[in-house]
Amino acid sequence: MSESRPESRAESRAVLEGPDIHRALTRIAHEILERTKGADEVVLLGIPTRGATLARRLGERIEQFEGVKVPVGSIDITMYRDDLRLKPARPLGHTELPPDGVDGKIVVLVDDVLYSGRTVRAALDALNDLGRPTAVQLATLVDRGHRELPIRADYVGKNLPTAKSEKVKVFLQETDGREAVLLIKEAAK
Amino acid sequence: MNRHLISAGDLAKDDALLILDTAEELARVSERSIKKLPTLRGRTVVNLFFEDSTRTRISFEAAAKRLSADVINFSAKGSSVSKGESLKDTALTLEAMGADAVVIRHGASGAPHRLATWVRGSVVNAGDGTHEHPTQALLDAFSMRRRLGGLDGRRITIVGDVLHSRVARSNVLLLATLGAEVTLVAPPTLLPVAVGTWPCEVSYDLDAVLPKSDAVMMLRVQKERMNAAYFPSEREYSRRYGLDRDRFAKMPDDAIVMHPGPMNRGMEIAAEVADSPRSTIVEQVANGVTIRMAVLYLLLGGETVA
Repeated sequence: MSESRPESRAESRAVLEGPDIHRALTRIAHEILERTKGADEVVLLGIPTRGATLARRLGERIEQFEGVKVPVGSIDITMYRDDLRLKPARPLGHTELPPDGVDGKIVVLVDDVLYSGRTVRAALDALNDLGRPTAVQLATLVDRGHRELPIRADYVGKNLPTAKSEKVKVFLQETDGREAVLLIKEAAK
Repeated sequence: MNRHLISAGDLAKDDALLILDTAEELARVSERSIKKLPTLRGRTVVNLFFEDSTRTRISFEAAAKRLSADVINFSAKGSSVSKGESLKDTALTLEAMGADAVVIRHGASGAPHRLATWVRGSVVNAGDGTHEHPTQALLDAFSMRRRLGGLDGRRITIVGDVLHSRVARSNVLLLATLGAEVTLVAPPTLLPVAVGTWPCEVSYDLDAVLPKSDAVMMLRVQKERMNAAYFPSEREYSRRYGLDRDRFAKMPDDAIVMHPGPMNRGMEIAAEVADSPRSTIVEQVANGVTIRMAVLYLLLGGETVA
Protein backbone atom coordinates (compact mmCIF):
# COMPACT_ATOMS: atom_id res chain seq x y z
CA MET A 1 0.00 0.00 0.00
CA SER A 2 2.72 2.44 0.94
CA GLU A 3 3.76 3.42 -2.53
CA SER A 4 6.54 5.96 -2.34
CA ARG A 5 6.07 8.16 -5.38
CA PRO A 6 9.41 9.08 -6.90
CA GLU A 7 8.88 12.84 -6.91
CA SER A 8 11.83 14.82 -8.14
CA ARG A 9 14.44 15.22 -5.39
CA ALA A 10 11.75 14.84 -2.75
CA GLU A 11 11.01 11.76 -0.72
CA SER A 12 7.46 11.27 0.46
CA ARG A 13 6.02 8.76 2.89
CA ALA A 14 2.36 8.07 3.61
CA VAL A 15 1.82 8.52 7.34
CA LEU A 16 -1.93 7.93 7.15
CA GLU A 17 -3.75 5.85 4.54
CA GLY A 18 -7.45 5.92 3.71
CA PRO A 19 -8.58 3.53 6.47
CA ASP A 20 -6.43 5.37 9.05
CA ILE A 21 -8.07 8.69 8.17
CA HIS A 22 -11.50 7.05 8.52
CA ARG A 23 -10.64 5.62 11.93
CA ALA A 24 -9.22 8.94 13.14
CA LEU A 25 -12.36 10.83 12.09
CA THR A 26 -14.59 8.20 13.70
CA ARG A 27 -12.70 8.61 16.96
CA ILE A 28 -12.84 12.42 16.80
CA ALA A 29 -16.61 12.27 16.17
CA HIS A 30 -17.00 10.09 19.29
CA GLU A 31 -14.80 12.44 21.31
CA ILE A 32 -16.86 15.46 20.25
CA LEU A 33 -20.03 13.65 21.31
CA GLU A 34 -18.46 12.67 24.63
CA ARG A 35 -16.98 16.07 25.48
CA THR A 36 -20.00 18.11 24.48
CA LYS A 37 -22.43 15.64 26.08
CA GLY A 38 -24.37 14.73 22.94
CA ALA A 39 -23.32 17.56 20.62
CA ASP A 40 -26.68 19.33 20.95
CA GLU A 41 -25.26 22.84 20.78
CA VAL A 42 -22.36 22.03 18.46
CA VAL A 43 -21.68 23.78 15.14
CA LEU A 44 -18.89 22.37 12.97
CA LEU A 45 -17.03 25.00 10.96
CA GLY A 46 -14.40 23.81 8.51
CA ILE A 47 -11.58 26.00 7.24
CA PRO A 48 -11.52 25.75 3.41
CA THR A 49 -10.67 23.76 1.49
CA ARG A 50 -9.95 20.45 3.19
CA GLY A 51 -11.11 21.50 6.65
CA ALA A 52 -14.56 22.10 5.18
CA THR A 53 -14.59 18.58 3.74
CA LEU A 54 -13.49 17.10 7.08
CA ALA A 55 -16.19 19.08 8.93
CA ARG A 56 -18.83 17.62 6.62
CA ARG A 57 -17.54 14.08 7.26
CA LEU A 58 -17.52 14.60 11.02
CA GLY A 59 -21.11 15.86 10.83
CA GLU A 60 -22.18 12.74 8.93
CA ARG A 61 -20.53 10.47 11.50
CA ILE A 62 -22.06 12.24 14.48
CA GLU A 63 -25.48 11.85 12.88
CA GLN A 64 -24.80 8.14 12.23
CA PHE A 65 -23.73 7.48 15.81
CA GLU A 66 -26.37 9.34 17.80
CA GLY A 67 -28.90 10.64 15.29
CA VAL A 68 -28.13 14.29 16.11
CA LYS A 69 -28.04 16.55 13.08
CA VAL A 70 -25.15 18.91 13.71
CA PRO A 71 -25.09 22.15 11.66
CA VAL A 72 -22.02 22.22 9.41
CA GLY A 73 -20.51 25.26 7.70
CA SER A 74 -17.26 26.71 6.50
CA ILE A 75 -15.29 29.79 7.48
CA ASP A 76 -12.85 31.43 5.09
CA ILE A 77 -9.94 33.11 6.80
CA THR A 78 -8.16 34.74 3.85
CA MET A 79 -9.18 38.30 4.76
CA TYR A 80 -7.90 37.78 8.32
CA ARG A 81 -4.48 36.31 7.53
CA ASP A 82 -1.43 38.01 8.99
CA ASP A 83 0.73 37.23 5.94
CA LEU A 84 -1.47 38.83 3.28
CA ARG A 85 1.18 41.38 2.41
CA LEU A 86 3.83 38.77 1.77
CA LYS A 87 2.16 37.41 -1.37
CA PRO A 88 -0.02 38.75 -4.19
CA ALA A 89 -3.72 38.97 -3.29
CA ARG A 90 -5.23 35.50 -3.16
CA PRO A 91 -8.63 34.27 -4.23
CA LEU A 92 -11.16 33.93 -1.43
CA GLY A 93 -12.59 30.71 -0.06
CA HIS A 94 -16.19 30.10 0.77
CA THR A 95 -17.82 31.13 4.04
CA GLU A 96 -21.13 29.47 4.74
CA LEU A 97 -22.74 29.74 8.15
CA PRO A 98 -25.59 27.46 9.22
CA PRO A 99 -28.93 29.36 9.20
CA ASP A 100 -29.00 29.62 13.01
CA GLY A 101 -25.59 31.22 13.17
CA VAL A 102 -23.05 30.64 15.92
CA ASP A 103 -24.42 32.73 18.80
CA GLY A 104 -24.63 30.66 21.98
CA LYS A 105 -23.28 27.53 20.27
CA ILE A 106 -20.18 25.44 20.80
CA VAL A 107 -18.18 25.96 17.64
CA VAL A 108 -15.74 23.25 16.65
CA LEU A 109 -13.26 24.60 14.11
CA VAL A 110 -11.99 21.88 11.78
CA ASP A 111 -8.74 22.03 9.82
CA ASP A 112 -6.58 19.43 8.13
CA VAL A 113 -3.12 20.30 9.48
CA LEU A 114 -2.25 22.26 12.63
CA TYR A 115 1.19 23.83 12.28
CA SER A 116 2.10 27.40 13.31
CA GLY A 117 -1.37 28.10 14.69
CA ARG A 118 -1.68 31.27 12.60
CA THR A 119 -4.56 29.92 10.52
CA VAL A 120 -6.47 29.14 13.71
CA ARG A 121 -5.75 32.64 15.07
CA ALA A 122 -7.19 34.09 11.85
CA ALA A 123 -10.21 31.80 12.17
CA LEU A 124 -10.81 33.00 15.73
CA ASP A 125 -10.73 36.61 14.51
CA ALA A 126 -13.12 35.80 11.66
CA LEU A 127 -15.44 34.02 14.08
CA ASN A 128 -15.43 37.07 16.33
CA ASP A 129 -17.02 39.09 13.50
CA LEU A 130 -19.67 36.46 12.86
CA GLY A 131 -21.12 36.08 16.33
CA ARG A 132 -20.44 35.07 19.90
CA PRO A 133 -20.21 31.34 20.53
CA THR A 134 -20.25 30.05 24.15
CA ALA A 135 -17.08 28.08 23.44
CA VAL A 136 -14.71 27.40 20.58
CA GLN A 137 -12.87 24.11 20.18
CA LEU A 138 -10.42 22.92 17.59
CA ALA A 139 -10.27 19.61 15.72
CA THR A 140 -7.43 18.76 13.37
CA LEU A 141 -6.56 15.67 11.38
CA VAL A 142 -2.81 16.10 11.85
CA ASP A 143 -0.91 18.06 14.49
CA ARG A 144 2.63 18.48 13.20
CA GLY A 145 3.96 20.74 15.98
CA HIS A 146 6.08 23.90 15.63
CA ARG A 147 3.47 26.24 17.10
CA GLU A 148 4.20 29.97 16.89
CA LEU A 149 1.19 31.03 18.94
CA PRO A 150 -0.38 29.78 22.20
CA ILE A 151 -2.93 27.56 20.47
CA ARG A 152 -3.68 23.86 20.97
CA ALA A 153 -6.13 21.39 19.49
CA ASP A 154 -8.94 19.72 21.47
CA TYR A 155 -9.28 16.80 19.06
CA VAL A 156 -6.31 15.41 17.14
CA GLY A 157 -6.38 12.68 14.51
CA LYS A 158 -2.65 12.02 14.68
CA ASN A 159 0.25 13.72 16.38
CA LEU A 160 3.02 13.75 13.84
CA PRO A 161 6.54 14.76 14.86
CA THR A 162 8.07 16.63 11.91
CA ALA A 163 11.05 18.75 11.04
CA LYS A 164 10.33 22.30 9.90
CA SER A 165 11.90 21.53 6.53
CA GLU A 166 9.37 18.78 5.89
CA LYS A 167 5.94 19.27 4.36
CA VAL A 168 2.67 17.60 5.29
CA LYS A 169 0.09 17.17 2.53
CA VAL A 170 -3.43 15.92 3.04
CA PHE A 171 -5.28 14.31 0.13
CA LEU A 172 -9.03 13.72 0.39
CA GLN A 173 -11.32 11.92 -2.05
CA GLU A 174 -13.64 14.93 -2.55
CA THR A 175 -10.90 17.38 -3.53
CA ASP A 176 -7.94 15.27 -4.62
CA GLY A 177 -9.37 11.96 -5.75
CA ARG A 178 -7.50 9.90 -3.18
CA GLU A 179 -7.10 9.49 0.57
CA ALA A 180 -3.72 9.92 2.24
CA VAL A 181 -1.57 12.08 4.46
CA LEU A 182 1.94 12.39 3.08
CA LEU A 183 5.09 13.53 4.82
CA ILE A 184 7.37 15.03 2.21
CA LYS A 185 11.09 15.43 2.81
CA GLU A 186 12.91 17.81 0.52
CA ALA A 187 16.16 16.08 -0.44
CA ALA A 188 19.27 18.01 0.52
CA LYS A 189 20.60 19.97 -2.41
CA MET B 1 -3.84 41.53 -12.29
CA ASN B 2 -2.40 44.90 -13.21
CA ARG B 3 -1.48 47.40 -10.52
CA HIS B 4 -4.03 49.89 -11.86
CA LEU B 5 -7.58 49.57 -13.10
CA ILE B 6 -7.86 52.15 -15.88
CA SER B 7 -9.78 50.37 -18.62
CA ALA B 8 -12.12 47.41 -18.69
CA GLY B 9 -10.21 46.37 -21.80
CA ASP B 10 -7.06 45.76 -19.71
CA LEU B 11 -8.77 42.90 -17.90
CA ALA B 12 -8.11 39.42 -19.22
CA LYS B 13 -10.95 36.94 -18.83
CA ASP B 14 -9.25 35.33 -15.82
CA ASP B 15 -8.83 38.71 -14.10
CA ALA B 16 -12.45 39.63 -14.70
CA LEU B 17 -13.68 36.28 -13.41
CA LEU B 18 -11.43 36.56 -10.35
CA ILE B 19 -12.97 39.95 -9.52
CA LEU B 20 -16.50 38.61 -10.00
CA ASP B 21 -15.84 35.48 -7.92
CA THR B 22 -14.20 37.51 -5.15
CA ALA B 23 -17.20 39.83 -5.14
CA GLU B 24 -19.49 36.81 -4.87
CA GLU B 25 -17.80 35.84 -1.59
CA LEU B 26 -17.68 39.44 -0.33
CA ALA B 27 -21.40 39.91 -0.99
CA ARG B 28 -22.05 37.97 2.20
CA VAL B 29 -20.19 40.56 4.27
CA SER B 30 -22.94 43.09 3.51
CA GLU B 31 -25.48 40.69 5.00
CA ARG B 32 -23.67 40.25 8.32
CA SER B 33 -24.24 42.30 11.43
CA ILE B 34 -20.56 43.33 11.50
CA LYS B 35 -19.98 44.57 7.95
CA LYS B 36 -16.24 44.99 8.29
CA LEU B 37 -13.09 43.08 7.42
CA PRO B 38 -9.63 43.96 8.76
CA THR B 39 -7.87 43.29 5.48
CA LEU B 40 -6.76 46.79 4.41
CA ARG B 41 -5.94 48.10 7.88
CA GLY B 42 -3.34 50.83 7.64
CA ARG B 43 -3.82 51.39 3.91
CA THR B 44 -4.97 54.76 2.63
CA VAL B 45 -7.44 55.20 -0.20
CA VAL B 46 -7.94 58.68 -1.65
CA ASN B 47 -11.16 59.46 -3.47
CA LEU B 48 -10.23 62.16 -5.94
CA PHE B 49 -13.40 63.52 -7.51
CA PHE B 50 -13.16 66.34 -10.03
CA GLU B 51 -16.72 65.71 -11.25
CA ASP B 52 -19.98 65.37 -9.37
CA SER B 53 -20.97 61.90 -8.29
CA THR B 54 -23.32 60.39 -5.76
CA ARG B 55 -23.30 56.64 -6.01
CA THR B 56 -19.78 56.03 -7.25
CA ARG B 57 -18.10 58.14 -4.57
CA ILE B 58 -20.26 56.82 -1.72
CA SER B 59 -19.83 53.32 -3.03
CA PHE B 60 -16.03 53.53 -3.13
CA GLU B 61 -16.01 55.09 0.31
CA ALA B 62 -18.21 52.35 1.77
CA ALA B 63 -16.12 49.67 0.08
CA ALA B 64 -12.83 51.03 1.43
CA LYS B 65 -14.25 51.46 4.93
CA ARG B 66 -15.66 47.93 5.01
CA LEU B 67 -12.14 46.72 4.33
CA SER B 68 -10.81 48.93 7.17
CA ALA B 69 -8.79 51.23 4.91
CA ASP B 70 -8.43 54.91 5.80
CA VAL B 71 -10.38 57.04 3.36
CA ILE B 72 -9.60 60.59 2.35
CA ASN B 73 -12.28 62.28 0.28
CA PHE B 74 -11.27 65.02 -2.05
CA SER B 75 -13.65 66.94 -4.26
CA ALA B 76 -12.46 69.63 -6.61
CA LYS B 77 -14.98 72.11 -5.26
CA GLY B 78 -13.53 73.86 -2.25
CA SER B 79 -10.01 72.57 -2.86
CA SER B 80 -6.91 74.23 -4.26
CA VAL B 81 -7.98 73.09 -7.72
CA SER B 82 -10.29 76.10 -7.78
CA LYS B 83 -7.15 78.19 -7.14
CA GLY B 84 -5.65 76.74 -10.30
CA GLU B 85 -3.59 73.80 -9.00
CA SER B 86 -2.76 71.33 -11.76
CA LEU B 87 -3.59 67.62 -11.72
CA LYS B 88 0.09 66.80 -11.40
CA ASP B 89 0.60 68.99 -8.36
CA THR B 90 -2.51 67.52 -6.77
CA ALA B 91 -1.13 64.06 -7.50
CA LEU B 92 2.23 64.88 -5.92
CA THR B 93 0.46 66.16 -2.82
CA LEU B 94 -1.41 62.87 -2.51
CA GLU B 95 1.82 60.99 -3.07
CA ALA B 96 3.42 62.90 -0.21
CA MET B 97 0.52 61.91 2.04
CA GLY B 98 1.19 58.25 1.27
CA ALA B 99 -1.89 57.20 -0.69
CA ASP B 100 -1.87 53.47 -1.45
CA ALA B 101 -4.69 53.86 -3.94
CA VAL B 102 -6.20 56.80 -5.73
CA VAL B 103 -9.74 56.52 -7.01
CA ILE B 104 -10.15 59.23 -9.60
CA ARG B 105 -13.10 60.69 -11.46
CA HIS B 106 -12.21 63.39 -13.94
CA GLY B 107 -13.95 65.23 -16.75
CA ALA B 108 -11.06 64.69 -19.12
CA SER B 109 -10.71 61.33 -20.84
CA GLY B 110 -7.29 59.88 -20.07
CA ALA B 111 -6.72 61.69 -16.76
CA PRO B 112 -6.41 58.43 -14.74
CA HIS B 113 -3.94 57.09 -17.27
CA ARG B 114 -1.81 60.21 -16.87
CA LEU B 115 -2.12 60.10 -13.09
CA ALA B 116 -0.86 56.50 -13.04
CA THR B 117 2.51 57.70 -14.32
CA TRP B 118 2.89 60.15 -11.42
CA VAL B 119 1.91 58.19 -8.33
CA ARG B 120 3.34 55.07 -6.77
CA GLY B 121 0.02 53.68 -5.54
CA SER B 122 -2.71 51.96 -7.56
CA VAL B 123 -4.97 54.14 -9.68
CA VAL B 124 -8.61 53.16 -10.07
CA ASN B 125 -10.60 54.87 -12.78
CA ALA B 126 -14.00 55.93 -11.44
CA GLY B 127 -15.04 57.52 -14.71
CA ASP B 128 -12.99 59.73 -17.02
CA GLY B 129 -14.84 62.00 -19.44
CA THR B 130 -16.55 59.99 -22.13
CA HIS B 131 -13.90 57.28 -22.01
CA GLU B 132 -14.33 54.52 -19.41
CA HIS B 133 -15.86 53.53 -16.10
CA PRO B 134 -14.54 50.01 -15.47
CA THR B 135 -15.99 49.38 -11.99
CA GLN B 136 -19.45 50.23 -13.32
CA ALA B 137 -18.99 47.62 -16.06
CA LEU B 138 -17.83 45.10 -13.46
CA LEU B 139 -20.81 45.70 -11.22
CA ASP B 140 -23.14 45.46 -14.22
CA ALA B 141 -21.55 42.16 -15.22
CA PHE B 142 -21.85 40.98 -11.62
CA SER B 143 -25.55 41.95 -11.48
CA MET B 144 -26.21 40.21 -14.79
CA ARG B 145 -24.34 37.08 -13.77
CA ARG B 146 -26.35 36.85 -10.56
CA ARG B 147 -29.69 37.27 -12.35
CA LEU B 148 -28.98 35.35 -15.56
CA GLY B 149 -26.73 32.64 -14.12
CA GLY B 150 -23.84 33.27 -16.53
CA LEU B 151 -22.71 35.58 -19.30
CA ASP B 152 -21.36 33.25 -21.94
CA GLY B 153 -23.47 33.59 -25.10
CA ARG B 154 -25.98 35.93 -23.40
CA ARG B 155 -27.38 38.73 -25.54
CA ILE B 156 -27.01 42.13 -23.94
CA THR B 157 -28.52 45.26 -25.51
CA ILE B 158 -27.24 48.71 -24.56
CA VAL B 159 -29.53 51.55 -25.56
CA GLY B 160 -29.15 55.31 -25.73
CA ASP B 161 -26.47 57.95 -25.52
CA VAL B 162 -23.48 55.76 -26.37
CA LEU B 163 -21.48 58.73 -27.64
CA HIS B 164 -21.18 60.37 -24.22
CA SER B 165 -21.24 57.17 -22.21
CA ARG B 166 -18.15 55.82 -20.50
CA VAL B 167 -20.38 53.09 -19.10
CA ALA B 168 -21.20 51.80 -22.59
CA ARG B 169 -17.58 51.57 -23.70
CA SER B 170 -16.45 49.77 -20.54
CA ASN B 171 -19.42 47.43 -20.71
CA VAL B 172 -18.83 46.51 -24.35
CA LEU B 173 -15.17 45.71 -23.69
CA LEU B 174 -15.80 43.71 -20.53
CA LEU B 175 -18.85 41.82 -21.78
CA ALA B 176 -17.01 40.84 -24.96
CA THR B 177 -14.17 39.49 -22.80
CA LEU B 178 -16.69 37.50 -20.78
CA GLY B 179 -18.23 35.97 -23.92
CA ALA B 180 -21.51 37.87 -24.11
CA GLU B 181 -22.96 39.21 -27.37
CA VAL B 182 -23.51 42.95 -27.15
CA THR B 183 -25.75 45.05 -29.38
CA LEU B 184 -25.71 48.83 -29.18
CA VAL B 185 -28.90 50.65 -30.12
CA ALA B 186 -28.84 54.41 -30.57
CA PRO B 187 -29.67 57.15 -33.04
CA PRO B 188 -26.74 57.51 -35.48
CA THR B 189 -25.90 60.92 -34.01
CA LEU B 190 -25.29 59.39 -30.58
CA LEU B 191 -22.84 56.70 -31.73
CA PRO B 192 -19.09 57.37 -31.70
CA VAL B 193 -17.36 57.42 -35.08
CA ALA B 194 -15.14 54.45 -34.23
CA VAL B 195 -17.97 52.21 -33.06
CA GLY B 196 -17.26 49.92 -36.01
CA THR B 197 -14.03 48.83 -34.30
CA TRP B 198 -15.80 47.86 -31.04
CA PRO B 199 -16.45 44.17 -30.39
CA CYS B 200 -20.24 44.48 -30.76
CA GLU B 201 -23.18 44.81 -33.15
CA VAL B 202 -24.93 48.12 -33.87
CA SER B 203 -28.61 48.67 -34.61
CA TYR B 204 -30.90 51.68 -34.98
CA ASP B 205 -34.10 49.74 -34.41
CA LEU B 206 -34.89 49.06 -30.76
CA ASP B 207 -38.12 47.18 -31.41
CA ALA B 208 -36.33 44.59 -33.56
CA VAL B 209 -33.64 43.91 -30.96
CA LEU B 210 -35.73 43.76 -27.78
CA PRO B 211 -37.31 40.30 -28.32
CA LYS B 212 -33.83 38.81 -28.66
CA SER B 213 -32.31 40.33 -25.51
CA ASP B 214 -31.50 38.68 -22.18
CA ALA B 215 -30.69 42.03 -20.60
CA VAL B 216 -31.44 45.58 -21.71
CA MET B 217 -29.32 48.38 -20.33
CA MET B 218 -30.71 51.89 -20.72
CA LEU B 219 -28.22 54.77 -20.72
CA ARG B 220 -28.88 58.24 -19.45
CA VAL B 221 -29.13 61.00 -22.06
CA GLN B 222 -26.25 63.18 -20.90
CA LYS B 223 -27.63 66.63 -21.54
CA GLU B 224 -24.74 68.28 -19.69
CA ARG B 225 -22.28 66.98 -22.29
CA MET B 226 -24.41 67.83 -25.32
CA ASN B 227 -23.13 70.87 -27.16
CA ALA B 228 -25.21 70.37 -30.31
CA ALA B 229 -28.64 69.13 -31.33
CA TYR B 230 -28.28 65.35 -31.40
CA PHE B 231 -32.00 64.63 -31.77
CA PRO B 232 -34.99 66.82 -32.68
CA SER B 233 -36.80 66.74 -29.34
CA GLU B 234 -36.85 64.80 -26.07
CA ARG B 235 -40.29 63.60 -26.94
CA GLU B 236 -39.13 62.13 -30.21
CA TYR B 237 -36.11 60.50 -28.59
CA SER B 238 -38.32 58.98 -25.96
CA ARG B 239 -40.75 57.66 -28.58
CA ARG B 240 -38.04 55.92 -30.59
CA TYR B 241 -35.48 54.89 -27.97
CA GLY B 242 -37.24 55.06 -24.61
CA LEU B 243 -38.18 51.85 -22.78
CA ASP B 244 -41.87 52.24 -22.06
CA ARG B 245 -44.49 49.69 -21.02
CA ASP B 246 -45.25 48.49 -24.56
CA ARG B 247 -41.61 47.90 -25.39
CA PHE B 248 -41.04 46.23 -22.02
CA ALA B 249 -43.79 43.76 -22.97
CA LYS B 250 -41.84 42.78 -26.11
CA MET B 251 -38.86 41.57 -24.10
CA PRO B 252 -38.59 37.87 -23.19
CA ASP B 253 -40.32 37.06 -19.88
CA ASP B 254 -37.11 36.48 -17.96
CA ALA B 255 -35.08 39.34 -19.44
CA ILE B 256 -33.87 42.04 -17.06
CA VAL B 257 -33.73 45.84 -17.29
CA MET B 258 -30.69 47.76 -16.12
CA HIS B 259 -29.70 51.40 -15.73
CA PRO B 260 -26.42 52.75 -14.34
CA GLY B 261 -28.17 55.77 -12.82
CA PRO B 262 -29.00 58.55 -12.41
CA MET B 263 -32.19 58.04 -14.43
CA ASN B 264 -34.31 60.50 -16.37
CA ARG B 265 -37.64 58.87 -15.58
CA GLY B 266 -40.04 59.30 -18.47
CA MET B 267 -37.21 60.02 -20.92
CA GLU B 268 -35.12 56.91 -21.56
CA ILE B 269 -37.05 54.71 -19.14
CA ALA B 270 -40.65 54.74 -17.93
CA ALA B 271 -41.10 54.90 -14.15
CA GLU B 272 -43.23 51.75 -14.28
CA VAL B 273 -40.42 49.80 -15.98
CA ALA B 274 -37.74 51.16 -13.65
CA ASP B 275 -39.69 49.97 -10.61
CA SER B 276 -40.61 46.53 -11.97
CA PRO B 277 -39.28 43.38 -10.28
CA ARG B 278 -37.27 42.63 -13.40
CA SER B 279 -35.36 45.88 -13.02
CA THR B 280 -31.97 45.52 -11.30
CA ILE B 281 -31.41 49.26 -10.76
CA VAL B 282 -31.39 49.20 -6.95
CA GLU B 283 -29.50 45.91 -6.88
CA GLN B 284 -26.82 47.49 -9.07
CA VAL B 285 -26.11 50.05 -6.36
CA ALA B 286 -25.74 47.40 -3.65
CA ASN B 287 -23.55 45.31 -5.94
CA GLY B 288 -21.43 48.41 -6.56
CA VAL B 289 -20.08 48.35 -3.01
CA THR B 290 -19.34 44.64 -3.26
CA ILE B 291 -17.52 44.85 -6.59
CA ARG B 292 -15.44 47.83 -5.41
CA MET B 293 -14.47 45.90 -2.29
CA ALA B 294 -13.28 43.10 -4.55
CA VAL B 295 -11.28 45.50 -6.73
CA LEU B 296 -9.67 47.26 -3.76
CA TYR B 297 -8.85 43.94 -2.10
CA LEU B 298 -7.25 42.50 -5.23
CA LEU B 299 -5.25 45.69 -5.90
CA LEU B 300 -4.18 46.43 -2.31
CA GLY B 301 -4.68 43.24 -0.31
CA GLY B 302 -1.50 41.49 -1.33
CA GLU B 303 2.12 42.52 -1.43
CA THR B 304 2.68 45.92 -2.97
CA VAL B 305 4.71 45.96 -6.11
CA ALA B 306 7.54 48.38 -5.60
